Amino acid sequence: MESHKRLQFKTFVMILIMIIAGPLGNVLLGKGMKNVGTITIASSSDLAHVVGRVLASTFVWLGVASLLTFFIANILVLSWADYSFVQPASSLAYGVVALLSVFLLGESVSPLRWTGIAIISLGVLIVGRTNPRTTEHC
Amino acid sequence: MFKFIYFFMIVVAGTGGELCVSRAMKETGEVKDFRPAAVVKVILRALRLKWMWIGVGLMMLAFFSLLAVLSIEKVSFVVPVTALSYVAGALGGKFFLGERISLRRWTGIALVCIGVTLVFLGRG
Repeated sequence: MESHKRLQFKTFVMILIMIIAGPLGNVLLGKGMKNVGTITIASSSDLAHVVGRVLASTFVWLGVASLLTFFIANILVLSWADYSFVQPASSLAYGVVALLSVFLLGESVSPLRWTGIAIISLGVLIVGRTNPRTTEHC
Repeated sequence: MFKFIYFFMIVVAGTGGELCVSRAMKETGEVKDFRPAAVVKVILRALRLKWMWIGVGLMMLAFFSLLAVLSIEKVSFVVPVTALSYVAGALGGKFFLGERISLRRWTGIALVCIGVTLVFLGRG
């Protein structure tokens, strides 16, 4: 059915944006906040200083933009797809975080973790083979 | 006891928040036009709905509870527990949003739950 295919395609595109923009945003925020350094606030001038340093970080701004993209894709897909479809499908982000940590940050990922990611992907594959929408729209 | 309340907030307020946002978006209607101006219009329309504000409020509550519990517990313990959100989400989808969850979708959700737990047990 043509409209079913169209629905599946735009759901796929939005979830792809979510699982890339979400983890990327978190990694960028993490990197930005590490550059800012340990936060110690003893007075209001300290607070202003910290806020200034956070806002001066390019990584923080890129991270916020990325998370905003994630949030918009999330609410758009929820306008037509089931929550019980979107929530497990977007958990592929756990795999993307692992890949980003390996390739971007040079971290190591344990075999148990890769097993978990494989099981998540299998779960997502099964959820992905169900109809994205089971309710009637007004 | 406090820990239990925090976990309860993370799972219930977090999932509840997303369910409310989901409900607001279902009320807004299916987005078909993806030009930036049309998307902004959809977001502004969604912001007029009370479910959107309740949802964002609940999500903030869950976020602060997460920060609080992370200050007293290890991440490797906290996150597997929050995988319960997937079950809460499925139940919420069924009872709050009237979604029909097939056996196949339940199987997928259960696997995601197990996988998320393993990911966090496997932290170095």
